[in-house]
Amino acid sequence: MTHVLEARNLVRDYQIPGSLLKKGKTVHAVKGVSFSVDQGKTLAIVGESGCGKSTLARIVTMIDPATSGDMLIDGVKVDIAKERLTPEMRQKVQIVFQNPYGTLNPRKKIGEILTEPLIINTKMKADERQAKAMAMLKKVGLEEKHYGRYPHMFSGGQRQRVAIARALMLNPRLLVLDEPVSALDLSVQAQVLNLLADLQDEFQLTYVFISHDLSVVRYIADDVMVMYYGEAVEYGSREEVFSDPKHSYTRTLFAATPRADVESIKARLARKNAA
Amino acid sequence: MSLFEVENLVVEFQTAAGPFRAVDGVSMKVNAGEVLAIVGESGSGKSVSMLAAMGLLPWTAKVTADKLQFNGVDLLGLSASDRRTIVGKDIAMIFQEPVASLNPCFTVGFQIEEVLRIHLGLDKKARRARAIELFDLVGIPNPAERLSHFPHQMSGGQCQRVMIAIALSCNPKLLIADEPTTALDVTIQKQILDLLMRLQAEHGMGLIIITHNMGVVAETADRVIVQYKGRKIEEADVLSLFEAPKSEYTRALLSALPDNATGDRLPTIAEFLSDDQIFAGAVR
Repeated sequence: MTHVLEARNLVRDYQIPGSLLKKGKTVHAVKGVSFSVDQGKTLAIVGESGCGKSTLARIVTMIDPATSGDMLIDGVKVDIAKERLTPEMRQKVQIVFQNPYGTLNPRKKIGEILTEPLIINTKMKADERQAKAMAMLKKVGLEEKHYGRYPHMFSGGQRQRVAIARALMLNPRLLVLDEPVSALDLSVQAQVLNLLADLQDEFQLTYVFISHDLSVVRYIADDVMVMYYGEAVEYGSREEVFSDPKHSYTRTLFAATPRADVESIKARLARKNAA
Repeated sequence: MSLFEVENLVVEFQTAAGPFRAVDGVSMKVNAGEVLAIVGESGSGKSVSMLAAMGLLPWTAKVTADKLQFNGVDLLGLSASDRRTIVGKDIAMIFQEPVASLNPCFTVGFQIEEVLRIHLGLDKKARRARAIELFDLVGIPNPAERLSHFPHQMSGGQCQRVMIAIALSCNPKLLIADEPTTALDVTIQKQILDLLMRLQAEHGMGLIIITHNMGVVAETADRVIVQYKGRKIEEADVLSLFEAPKSEYTRALLSALPDNATGDRLPTIAEFLSDDQIFAGAVR
């Protein structure tokens, strides 16, 4: 069986142009990363800001080309630096961004936002597009009456539902989720995570889930990749990574995550009273 | 006597659709050397109640309270200029977005020295010495050099350290931290929380941490207030809140943590609690 997504030794460099008195510089954002994800599975990419995880997301979503290395989607090699992307390929991968307040055009109605990908990538008729958008609204837990509303009329959690609906309009195989719940409240975060799990079951979706919140990753991921300064320092199944972290950075990351269980609170209060 | 005492605080905003009550009868007390955490979702009025106490709300807000006292002084009875001698000096606040709360047009050194000049009236040399001392205290490397940097030249974590240094510059008795680590990475979050807790213990400050992160509460607080839609739902010491939450809402909030997920699905609050049920157990 071929993997939905396979990456071999992906590298991405950014050139910073020099000036008269300053030499140009090369920033190595991603330094040779390999991974694969199977259908219906979730790969979580963890790391702090500047570690290259969003650059990787842009490569996987075919927004930016990789400097070197191969990326295969459904066994087909993709290189947008050399050839134009076909609409069929574009439909296979979609992305949901972090901030639902910034990613929806405030001047467009929800219906227009949802049907736009269909206008660009398919030859569907207007009434088919509308029917599909209506159906998708219900799938993500919104209602048909929301079709004619503007983004500012929705809460953060609802907007993230709209963003997820838009990403699903083209029936993608792979969904890249770039910190989809970091901007949301705890109870809304739970709703969106549940929605993602339901949609994965229904459409056999494959997720690449980017996050810095380890408790969310532990809940949703099948495989985990930890990135640090552009390198994948740890890659394995969720159980392996969480029970036996090999790299010192992974251990630092675990130690830094606040614990909300009674034992840790007791230990902290005991330390405080002793001091 | 408590350091900071609020009784029955009500904040209303005048909107086109009539008055909107953002905070509805909240009371709290903070003693010197105590860490109080206020937890709630967005719209629970946790930030607004603190901004009201600081006098930082716009004129459209109507603030009333039976008691709003700091260190024995009634804050509501003070004129704006008298209040400013306390706010920023004895009560200091750290905001959520460190990069946005610093002025991009001035160096961080200018911004910290401004506080020292206005509140303490130090001369130029003493200001600079104190600024370097403060940067050193909050763990900014090369403090003397860093003073001449602009906010955009520093990372989010470093900017938050500058904000903490500014807040601490006049040795405040009460520090209010509004979501101090929400915009930061977990490793940086840990450093900032450790820093806040160390400084709080060293200076014996009262500290109010506003957050929606239960992990942050568990790692820092002595006492916790849970708020929902402007009302106080529960108040308890940190251990009893996590061990045996009294209200349904707190229980729901705790079970929505991915850490505590038992089955395949996370329980959500809207699925099994209505507003009436949440408010049934509310305390004043």
